[in-house]
Amino acid sequence: MKRLGPGLILALVVGFAFLYLPILALVAYSFNASRLVTVWGGFSTHWYGSLLSNQPLLDAAWLSVRLAFVSATLAAGLGTLAALALVRHGRFQGRLLFSGMVLAPLVMPEVITGLSLLLLFVAADVERGFWTVTIAHATFGLGFACIVVQARLAGFDRSLEEAARDLGATPLVTFWTVTLPLIWPAVAAAWMLAFTLSLDDLVIASFTTGPGATTLPMRLYSAIRLGVSPEINAACTLMIGAVALAVISASLLLKRRQVAGS
Amino acid sequence: MRKASPGSLRRAFQPWDDTNAKPIIEFRGVTKRFGAVTAVCDVSLSLYPREFFALLGPSGCGKTTLMRMLAGFETPDEGQILLDGVDITAVPPHLRPVNMMFQSYALFPHLSVADNIAYGLKREGLPRAEIARRVEEMLALVKLDGLGRRKPDQLSGGQRQRVALARALAKRPKLLLLDEPMAALDRKLREATQFELMDLQSKLGTTFMVVTHDQDEAMTMSDRMAVMDQGRLVQIGPPDVIYEAPANRYVAEFVGDINILEGRVASIEGDLVKVETGITGTVELDEERPTLAIGAPVLIGLRPEKIELSHDEPAGDLNKVAGEIWDIGYLGDVTMVQVMVGGDQGQLLKVALTNRTRRAARPFAWEDQVWLSWDVEAGLVLPP
Ligand SMILES: Nc1ncnc2c1ncn2[C@@H]1O[C@H](COP(=O)(O)OP(=O)(O)OP(=O)(O)O)[C@@H](O)[C@H]1O
Ligand SMILES: [Mg+2]
Repeated sequence: MKRLGPGLILALVVGFAFLYLPILALVAYSFNASRLVTVWGGFSTHWYGSLLSNQPLLDAAWLSVRLAFVSATLAAGLGTLAALALVRHGRFQGRLLFSGMVLAPLVMPEVITGLSLLLLFVAADVERGFWTVTIAHATFGLGFACIVVQARLAGFDRSLEEAARDLGATPLVTFWTVTLPLIWPAVAAAWMLAFTLSLDDLVIASFTTGPGATTLPMRLYSAIRLGVSPEINAACTLMIGAVALAVISASLLLKRRQVAGS
Repeated sequence: MRKASPGSLRRAFQPWDDTNAKPIIEFRGVTKRFGAVTAVCDVSLSLYPREFFALLGPSGCGKTTLMRMLAGFETPDEGQILLDGVDITAVPPHLRPVNMMFQSYALFPHLSVADNIAYGLKREGLPRAEIARRVEEMLALVKLDGLGRRKPDQLSGGQRQRVALARALAKRPKLLLLDEPMAALDRKLREATQFELMDLQSKLGTTFMVVTHDQDEAMTMSDRMAVMDQGRLVQIGPPDVIYEAPANRYVAEFVGDINILEGRVASIEGDLVKVETGITGTVELDEERPTLAIGAPVLIGLRPEKIELSHDEPAGDLNKVAGEIWDIGYLGDVTMVQVMVGGDQGQLLKVALTNRTRRAARPFAWEDQVWLSWDVEAGLVLPP
């Protein structure tokens, strides 16, 4: 293995420090007994306790979780179907357009996605709230889900599906008994990914939500404008934990699929 | 009373010569194109119940495509496929009483061996107890008792092949398609499996269609075989007919080794044809071909094992020619000798010698001057 010179190591340490020290500080200060954000006043879990009595924050968190759950499920389901269409049906007419449209939200600036969806909802005279945010999140989550599932399907041995058909399974039964059991780690990973993306989205949610549907990131953002409190640090720490858990399980699922596939 | 050997039963089995026999499968002028490639071209073929049929041909000649059309994975561009006299061209794969054993086996990796075998039975909606009974029966049939709970990746290649076979047979299909069933097995296992397959087939009475590009395999197992070339069936017939009376040069060269001599018909006296070849002089053949005309160009096919090799000029009115040994290839059971006839710019002919004695006693050596001779019945006339 090539050894790194001292200069490179320094650059690496500074870079990682820049990325992760603030997060570590945030986590550390969530256990700060002092009310002042910048002064260490001893270890305490006080702020986690007070979090539990902050009803607006809890409401927002519960809303975010429900929203992430529903939109991730939609995104994983639709993304899987889109991936199947792209991988399985060869060069159907409009394939390029279809794949472009599925994947466009991945590269589209969030402000534009949010604004255009807002305009759509206003024009269609839809009451904005939980469902409009869900639809918006499912829209961009589906692009990520599609990419993840597509990669899995590309390495899929099609003769397995043909064998199932040969043994008397209809196309639908083949999908449930052969295709899905073999690609489910990718579908689950896609779900996790869409879940975390929805959970921490601020921009698109701000555009597409309505009164009475304030998500956790929106609540935190507005609280910050009144000054950072240790309570927010505690909430963020919990969120980091949740997201890390989801991302790690997603990557484990994908790794498992590689082992099973090889 | 003497028990009839399976071989003698086999010999009596010739439904293709019986005008009353009803074919189970009939291809009528079937053509399949992939873009510019014509994978299967105007194929007409009948398979009969209980027949063991082998499809032989080089890579890419359309064997798999022909089979996939039978299973329902490809639709013919032209022509019809009939099963028991009914057109099945438009029937989807899951409704056809035809099962296929895939080239790659295609075992479901997430299911146990028993569940793999049960898969087709579950789709039929059979009661549980019946499924369990049939699975046990199939496992016993392919000699895998006790391995039902394993996953496919915990099996050896030969065991996987048996599971694939059991899975395809479990539904008791009218026709079983096997796409290069033994490509992944070593030679010993392959030979053992060939006989097991034949045994199984005669036990079950299922019609088998096997794809292979191994001619020994095709000849050993089949009642009839077809030789394919670029999407066309060149010849269909029992293995001995294909070998001893090939329809043309392609079949003659594809099945077994053969020497080809070019010449012109010099005379025809009843069923004795004399052919003048530049290299070996006049060759006499016992061949009844009313279509042959004097002076017409023909090819003579001569199998290496039908040629005698000697140091002295053989007596009698055999076909004979002198030559020099250029190469000797020792293959164990036989020795292949290449003899140059007609001078240095002549033609190399292959002669197969059966090694009846140990190697030390080998009678021929490089650069020996030798005589080749063969019977009038040994050679065959092929269209040019
Ligand atoms: N799905 C397809 N699309 C395009 N061309 C195809 C397709 N399937 C087969 N072909 C072509 O059709 C021809 C016949 O292929 P096929 O698989 O039937 O050959 P094969 O006789 O089974 O060969 P092998 O012994 O190598 O398995 C080949 O030229 C192949 O490239
Ligand atoms: Mg093939």
